[in-house]
Amino acid sequence: MKALEVQALSKNFGGLRAIRDISLEIEEGERRAIIGPNGAGKTTFFHLISGFLFPSSGHLSVFGTEVTHLQAHQRAALGMARTFQVTNLFQKLTLFENILLGVQAMKWARFCFYRRVTAFRDIVYETERLLKEWNLWEKKDTPLKNLSYGEQRQIEVIMALATKPRLLLLDEPTAGLSPAETILVTSIIKGLSREITTLLIEHDMDVAFDIAEKITVLHFGSILAEGSPDQIKGNPKVTEIYLG
Amino acid sequence: MSRARGIEKPMAFWIIQTLNGLSFSMMLFLVAAGFTLIFGLMKIINIAHGSFYLLSAYIGLTVLRATDNFLLATIASSIAVVLVGIAMQSLFLRRFYMKELQQVLLTFGFVLIIADVCLWIWGGNPMALPKPSLLRGSIWIGNVVFPSYRLFVIFVGVVIAVGLWIFQEKTKFGAIVRAGVDDEEMLRGSGINIQVVFVGVFGLGALLAGIGGMIGGPFVGVFPGVDVSMLLLALVVVIIGGVGSLRGAFVGSLFVGLVDNFGKALFPELSLFTLFAPMAIVLAIRPTGIFGKIEE
Amino acid sequence: MPFLFAVLILLLPFLFSNYYVGLATQIFIMAIFAMSLDILVGHTGLPSMGHAAYYGVAGYATGFLCLAGIKNFWLVVVLGMGLGGLAAAFFGLLALRARGPYFMLITLALSQVLWGIAFKWRSLTKGDDGLPGIGRPIIGWGIDLKPDLYFYYFTFAIFLIVVVALFIFLNSPFGCTLRGIRESESRMRALGYPVWFYKYVAFIFAGIFAGISGVLWVYYSGFVNPSYFAVDLSVKALLMLILGGSGSLFGPLIGAGIIVLLENLVSGFTERWSLVLGIVYVTVIMLFSEGIFSVFRRGRN
Repeated sequence: MKALEVQALSKNFGGLRAIRDISLEIEEGERRAIIGPNGAGKTTFFHLISGFLFPSSGHLSVFGTEVTHLQAHQRAALGMARTFQVTNLFQKLTLFENILLGVQAMKWARFCFYRRVTAFRDIVYETERLLKEWNLWEKKDTPLKNLSYGEQRQIEVIMALATKPRLLLLDEPTAGLSPAETILVTSIIKGLSREITTLLIEHDMDVAFDIAEKITVLHFGSILAEGSPDQIKGNPKVTEIYLG
Repeated sequence: MSRARGIEKPMAFWIIQTLNGLSFSMMLFLVAAGFTLIFGLMKIINIAHGSFYLLSAYIGLTVLRATDNFLLATIASSIAVVLVGIAMQSLFLRRFYMKELQQVLLTFGFVLIIADVCLWIWGGNPMALPKPSLLRGSIWIGNVVFPSYRLFVIFVGVVIAVGLWIFQEKTKFGAIVRAGVDDEEMLRGSGINIQVVFVGVFGLGALLAGIGGMIGGPFVGVFPGVDVSMLLLALVVVIIGGVGSLRGAFVGSLFVGLVDNFGKALFPELSLFTLFAPMAIVLAIRPTGIFGKIEE
Repeated sequence: MPFLFAVLILLLPFLFSNYYVGLATQIFIMAIFAMSLDILVGHTGLPSMGHAAYYGVAGYATGFLCLAGIKNFWLVVVLGMGLGGLAAAFFGLLALRARGPYFMLITLALSQVLWGIAFKWRSLTKGDDGLPGIGRPIIGWGIDLKPDLYFYYFTFAIFLIVVVALFIFLNSPFGCTLRGIRESESRMRALGYPVWFYKYVAFIFAGIFAGISGVLWVYYSGFVNPSYFAVDLSVKALLMLILGGSGSLFGPLIGAGIIVLLENLVSGFTERWSLVLGIVYVTVIMLFSEGIFSVFRRGRN
């Protein structure tokens, strides 16, 4: 079963054709990177996959289920998780509360309104476990806005992982990070289990080539080239769009 | 024909009621147009919008009693109301740009202030402005009598509506306002002094509501509480007609004015229901109003 | 500290005159109203402008039931709460399709229309005159709340129950979710939460709790009239949240205390109390829009 099947996907904004007739398939367990110059439509594509935008035409399937007309939260229930290019976390809540919301998201307990959340030991333990695993335990009571940009980018990824996804979409995870932080985040992604299919938008080509087994290059809303990192590196059409 | 208390309503009844409804609609349009522009451009719910009506009618009344000159009274009350509106926006509301909650609360503070000052100066008795002497008569069309004043109100309303349309479609300032209602970020990035635009629109809104107060003074009257009543009707107009749209304010005012008027004449107790139902229906089917813009 | 506060509340009638007991009663009822609004404003991020709608619906329900001869106090309370919730269920469907300022506009309009209906439908509501003559209830166990003292303690007891209930609600997984929605709706959707559903349920809960305060105020004051739906009340509740601090458990109580005391103080002072209050509100918002006590609370966070 394919983790993601995209068929003839298009998105128009008024007269602007942002995504033109894209088709692709991602296998389970695969690591795929989407690259392309600014304006190629990468983030729009992500919004279409994750349900933050609806396509003008075309179809999307996730693990065999047609999701074209499903809302974002319904797609998340099928095992999809995403991060955002601009850090999108709960700034006024503590780090603990942030992760807790991620942990609780896929559990029935999230609807309970008559018991305090601290009574749900499994949720609390899982949150604690995640924080300790990622060495963030000391900062658990810090309001998120007091954490550094690099830490927040890292937590973007952890938040997405908290829901135990099968398909993970990472929107420029290393955006704005220092070289040291980039190496850290890259190793986090590479260290993810193969049970998680990873789809990554990256502006930093070195990171993309490092993490991904297969690269899809977008240009003006369509696929210019697809192949292994070596194939893409050697593809003159690709180098042209970046240098030209 | 319809029956009320077993009496059949003659044709003249319907014609008069339609006329009354239309004149009420035009006055309402003046109030609602300003309200919708202020909300559409600045996202401010100006609870004090009815207060402009109130203040203008009272000031106009005083000037009218002193000079017996309707035009002069309108000019005086308009100036006063525009000054108040400009002060409100530039001294107070401006500080809370993009903080709609605080802005609304501020306008509420002004409602209390203006209402109490008016109560203090003019007392609590309901009053009606005297009509301009030229317009106190009636005109015969066919065998129906039309009060001249009501026709005058309709005329003024249409003229101002056309004027606003020209302003919005044909002038540079109007284009800026239209752009701002559509997409405020674009306006901010365009280099135009946005505060000047805001003050201008707020002042314009106050002016329109003020003129509405003068025009409506003779037949709606002025009394403590008319500010809240006008606000309520403006809210319904804007929700039905669409936010930020002058066309919507016009169509919405026609609808609300006629429905309210007929409602009052036929089922006075339930007249608000006849407004509530269409409002709820519009909200259910097309939440942005008939002419409002759709947000993704 | 809260213990000291509770003791003061219990001893109040013996330290101050009946007038202040009445004020304290008012403060507790208004605090419940403000807390119900804070579910939406402080915790979900929904700036609801027409909250008086549910208060008024419950108030009129109480009025009708009492004047129809229903003596069962708890039945009236349940019906009042239920109708408040029902009104919220209906209005929520209409208002929650909008965001931010437009949501505010719709909620305001809906409550204002209710005001207009209460005002105009004289045969049902007696219009502006309202429905007077509602007596204090007998709450069972032979306790008659006619004496202001008993009503005061009863109101305080209800207030405490509401505080506990809201504490649990707002710290439940559901409550935490609401705060997540307040911070970032898009993030919550991406995580898989059905955001609209949460907002809708929160809206209904807010209506139910507002209903409690509406019922209480009718029994306290003895009458109900269109002012229950007035925009004044909806806006005052927002002011209470701004002054006392929204998003906190006791902020609404502090805000209610400030507003109720202020209004009574000023109206005892001058005939132009409305003007003075307007000036005070404008001044306070200009100076303290982040909430007077948020400065103090930052230390405790």
